[in-house]
Amino acid sequence: MSDDAIRCDACPVLCYIKPGRTGSCDRYGNHDGKLVRLDPHVVLDRALERGGSVVPFLERAGEWDGTLVSHGESFVTAIGAGTTYPDYKPAPFIISSQVEGVDMVTVVTEGIFSYCGVKVKIDTDRHLGAECRTVRARGEAVGHVTTSEYGSQMLSLGGVRHLTGGSRHEGTATCDALLKLCNGEAVELKIDDGAKVVVQAAKAPIVDGAQEQRMRVGCGSATIGMFAKQWFGKVDEVVVVDDHITGVLSEHQAGKLLGVPETGIKLKGRRSTPGRYFQVAEPGTSWGGTDIDDPLTILGKFNAKKAWRGLRLMMVSTTGEHYAYFELDEDLRPRERELPSDLAKSVARIKENCEPALCTVLFMGGAGGSLRAGVTENPVKLTHSVRDALTRVTCGGAPVYVWPGGGITFMADVSRMPRNAFGYVPTPALVAPIEFTLKLSDYAGLGGYVENVRPLSSIAGEDEGRRRLTARADNPWPLESPAKAKKR
Amino acid sequence: MTARAQIRLLPDGRRLHLHDGPIDLIVEAFGAPGEIETAYRAACARFVTVLDELCGELSFLRQACSEEAEWPQGAVARRMLAAVRPYAARCFITPMAAVAGAVAEEILSEMVSAAELSRAYVNNGGDIALHLAPGEKFVIGMVERPDRPSLLGTTTVYSTDPVRGVATSGWRGRSFSLGIADAVTVLANRAAAADAAATIIANAVNLPGHPAIVRVPACELAPDSDLGERMVTQSVGELTSREVGEALAAGARTAEMLQRIGLIRSAALSLQGETRVIRDLAESRLIARPVQERGLVHA
Repeated sequence: MSDDAIRCDACPVLCYIKPGRTGSCDRYGNHDGKLVRLDPHVVLDRALERGGSVVPFLERAGEWDGTLVSHGESFVTAIGAGTTYPDYKPAPFIISSQVEGVDMVTVVTEGIFSYCGVKVKIDTDRHLGAECRTVRARGEAVGHVTTSEYGSQMLSLGGVRHLTGGSRHEGTATCDALLKLCNGEAVELKIDDGAKVVVQAAKAPIVDGAQEQRMRVGCGSATIGMFAKQWFGKVDEVVVVDDHITGVLSEHQAGKLLGVPETGIKLKGRRSTPGRYFQVAEPGTSWGGTDIDDPLTILGKFNAKKAWRGLRLMMVSTTGEHYAYFELDEDLRPRERELPSDLAKSVARIKENCEPALCTVLFMGGAGGSLRAGVTENPVKLTHSVRDALTRVTCGGAPVYVWPGGGITFMADVSRMPRNAFGYVPTPALVAPIEFTLKLSDYAGLGGYVENVRPLSSIAGEDEGRRRLTARADNPWPLESPAKAKKR
Repeated sequence: MTARAQIRLLPDGRRLHLHDGPIDLIVEAFGAPGEIETAYRAACARFVTVLDELCGELSFLRQACSEEAEWPQGAVARRMLAAVRPYAARCFITPMAAVAGAVAEEILSEMVSAAELSRAYVNNGGDIALHLAPGEKFVIGMVERPDRPSLLGTTTVYSTDPVRGVATSGWRGRSFSLGIADAVTVLANRAAAADAAATIIANAVNLPGHPAIVRVPACELAPDSDLGERMVTQSVGELTSREVGEALAAGARTAEMLQRIGLIRSAALSLQGETRVIRDLAESRLIARPVQERGLVHA
């Protein structure tokens, strides 16, 4: 048998290890034919890490007074001279510890958040669903459509009502969708009376099977303002179709300033100010986020007193994805013609000015409860300390925005965290990493478990079960004090 | 080989961590401080030779167990054989199926015979041996999947219960499994018995020939595996709820049979989020009370 297995002599088991595999201990492995000590998910090493620095037993037995300390887990490894973030992957097995009467369960150091959810920003003008409509995953209600933002549709998913307030299936589907979104995986969402959208953090949304490419350059009116000069002289009328505000060049302030003559065009919808129209059509996933496939359906008859035969009309969407060019015939009816090349350039320019459409996922959670008790014996002091900017909160090493007011309610961009930073418990609730970084002296001042603090050097070396990552350059360094960061 | 073994007290000042090769134990004793120290010293003294003893008989311990098998030399090896022998006539099993529980049992018995303890446990990677003086109890947490943080439930073991062993097995765990259970947790009278039974029940949670299950001969992954060319589970795709039910039912039948003949007290079987509980016939409260949220560190 010719294989590349090697014999491990680290212990008397003498495992015969194939390339890419580990021995029975899960600590030593065959990496390209060499015996190496690996950093795997060794169950009990996790317990060890969680327990903090180790004390030789026999050597120091004389000093050991046998007292049974009952602080349970040392929650914060990032305290004082601590680490960038704690071992954020949760305990994988039944491991010895005691927390509020539960023996032999390793309780994770992360927070278990049932008050949590994600805010999803989907860069698209396509209508995904009406405000307040239910968003479903696997057929279960997991959130709703919330107030849209510039060039984006917003979803609010999760929250305690879906997680624990509904049926078990609803809770499980919600937890699963949140977990996937937070861990950077794709999730298919269906909005009641709306679109089906595939959402994945930092990726383009896929709306009803079509991948979104670009955000709109601006609303229809803004587009007129930006491009009026480039169109002047090359075309008599431009309509920028937009579900929000459709712009009309000849009536718009920008056209007026350039001296664009009236064209007798008649727009459907509700006129806001000159050259700006609301509700020219129903919201949809076609032209400029409306439901129209034929742009002429938003036009009435041209005014015969103003319009003329041969009038050149361009209609374009706010992303430049849809466009059409017409000339009026003798009955003043628009006839479609090929788009002249100099106008094609301006359409390309609109496209070019649209930013790539992305989905962005912000995790939002509230650490108001007993999680704080893992940090200090006087939990409200931690809240105050965060409020006074003495304590920096990070989420998997990523910066957070802490919402003003009571509690520690924060938001963080999941794409700035290491992959798979989140877990779950079948409550159901999400398990999220959260780190509090503060001065050792401040930590002592707020009643922290100072005796459990260990220096960074004690875990800086090679050790099992710890994943070392390079810090993201776009994240502020968690150990830099907030006060110092503010001054810069 | 005392130089190899690592023995340390965890910084909580209560728990002892014993490590040697693939053996990793967390030990905790309760009682008067002097008694605890005596117990820990006994545990350490016994621990340092365990791996060498086992390795001395390793080739025997990796062979399929038969009912006529001769008794091995080492105390731990004898505990292993005793735990797997009841299965020898029915199915393939090697004494290695009970190694973790047997080590836990051996260390615990040394501690209990050396000192007066109210409670103690030896936890060998989830295979746990318990000691309970009269009137004492332990609360034990269970996980749904060994690789994810999910407390499935808790179970309380009272001194009046016969249970002194807890073990968990599943394909996601450290050892290979022939079945597809994410986790099977078993309560039995002894840790080694629980360990062997968890292995057998986890093997029985299965859907033979299902295309979504990837299986590889054990020896291709680890040439000296006691499972030889038997196909071990490497991944399990998403199953329909009917299939999950079918696989759990197969495991449950085995668990109920083991319960009837007294090899286990109770069991909880988990597969893709579904859980089947085989309760103790006499004591229905024994397993899987839904976890109390206040038992966790809650945001």
